[in-house]
Amino acid sequence: MNDDYIHIVLADDDEDDRLLFTEAFDELKITTKVNTYNDGVYLMDYLNGEDAIMPNVLFLDLNMPRKSGMECLKEIKANDKFKDMAIAIYSTSASEEDIENTFVQGANIYIKKPDNFKKLKKALSEVVTLNWQYHTNGLNKDNFLLRL
Amino acid sequence: MKLFIKFDFNAVCRQVLREKLDEIDVKYNILGFGEVDILENLSSEKYDELASALGNYNIEIVENQKSILVQKIKDAIIDMVFNEETNVNVKTSVYLADTLGHSYGYLSNLFSEVTYTSIENFIILQKIEYTKQLVIKGNLSLTEIAFKLNYSSVAHLSTQFKNTTGITPSAFKRIISKRREINL
Repeated sequence: MNDDYIHIVLADDDEDDRLLFTEAFDELKITTKVNTYNDGVYLMDYLNGEDAIMPNVLFLDLNMPRKSGMECLKEIKANDKFKDMAIAIYSTSASEEDIENTFVQGANIYIKKPDNFKKLKKALSEVVTLNWQYHTNGLNKDNFLLRL
Repeated sequence: MKLFIKFDFNAVCRQVLREKLDEIDVKYNILGFGEVDILENLSSEKYDELASALGNYNIEIVENQKSILVQKIKDAIIDMVFNEETNVNVKTSVYLADTLGHSYGYLSNLFSEVTYTSIENFIILQKIEYTKQLVIKGNLSLTEIAFKLNYSSVAHLSTQFKNTTGITPSAFKRIISKRREINL
């Protein structure tokens, strides 16, 4: 984390949310490189591309046109190439059952989109720091579940 | 007869590095300026093998003293959490200072500087990870796990689990077992 950056990818169809997300990371002390995609199809095209750099953490909005976050999650989980990537669902409120279902389908993190910028920064910082702990301490990623 | 030889130190060193790294079979990237990026986890056996192979050429791996001490702190904590015999009844700060021979203040500042987390948070993370393993195994109740990990009560463990992960121990167990059903 000292010398290189953490690669973050977000797929979200809401332009304001993408902007806030990128700005929040810009203001954190952690060095990150953030790429955003407008929907699930663009995202999967990128990830399946031959020279795609695998993100350390992928943030997925659930409700997107063309391909939803849940569809992306299932595709990603079915492909071994993506097994080292932590997946965070980044969504507006959902039912308890839906939230639990994203975990069951293999998401590591569920973040309810915070209602202010300060909370957003705090949540994103928490996610990246904890992911880093799992990465550097060789903890079992299968047991990595976090809800914010 | 005399031979006159011209050589490029850099090229020689790179070649040696490449050969020795290939021998231990890891993915790497030689960055120049004496830095090598190892692109996977290097086991301590492979590290030792590499260090001694390079040592024959007087090439030395420069170790970062701070990172080594941080690793020792982590090892001591993990030993304390996972090993019931070292699970002694002294305060963690005293245990770490005694084991590592530095003041707790020094250790604590160094740890935060290098790892971006505090010793306290690291201990909590380790305990919660251990709890997760035990919960999944399923032969101990949460009360027994709390006792085993030196929590004053099962409520304390439950609360810490929920605060750290955002979900309850029972939800965690349910999610993991549902995941396994899908994978079958």
